[in-house]
Amino acid sequence: MPLKMGAGDVERIHEHAREAYPEECAGALVGMDSGGVRIVVDVWQAENTHEDERSRRFLIEPLAVKRLEERAEEKDMGLLGFYHSHPDHPAEPSEYDREHAWPGYSYVIASVSGENVEDMRSWTLRDDRSGYDEEPIVG
Amino acid sequence: MPKVKIPTPLRQYTAGNPEVEVRGVTAGEALGNLASEHPDLKQHLYTGDGKLRSFVNVYKGDEDIRYLEGQDTEVSDSDELTIIPSIAGGCAGGRCK
Repeated sequence: MPLKMGAGDVERIHEHAREAYPEECAGALVGMDSGGVRIVVDVWQAENTHEDERSRRFLIEPLAVKRLEERAEEKDMGLLGFYHSHPDHPAEPSEYDREHAWPGYSYVIASVSGENVEDMRSWTLRDDRSGYDEEPIVG
Repeated sequence: MPKVKIPTPLRQYTAGNPEVEVRGVTAGEALGNLASEHPDLKQHLYTGDGKLRSFVNVYKGDEDIRYLEGQDTEVSDSDELTIIPSIAGGCAGGRCK
């Protein structure tokens, strides 16, 4: 299923990834499912509250997820998924990502090296948790 | 019967229902029955050795059951359990700085 995201939202994720470097950034993709296309209407930054190693780990705590979900529902939208950055690492999900992923969400990963976002790709977890499928990001 | 509130990404396994009633007098029993009644849900809630996954958080009302009595937390018919995801990840150990 393609993930439709405007240039402004793409740039905001890139900016967040550059600001957080060398740590990982994270945030929510907010929008709606429409006729087989996921449409991102907004991106909301979240705090990476992983206790340590934030250059290679991120965590959005459950109460923060709950608040993001409630905030999206108030606006008649939903959480389509989440984004995070991989500092100096490809925009591909790691084994650690897979172990912690949920089905049904889009996971956007931005590969960032200092001032440059090298690549950004979106992934969904397979139902049997065996791996990911890439979904195209369209403008 | 106690109710379990299902987070959006897992509703595809409960026929789209945001809330499901399940039997059980403890949180663990209620979640176990939920997984039995919706088998496709099980692998997303439990690890291969039957433990609740670390990023699956279960709240009774506003309290995380980990800070109550865990899976032994008692639940009554009027209680609502909420499954809330924590979102975690990151790049692979040795391959990134």
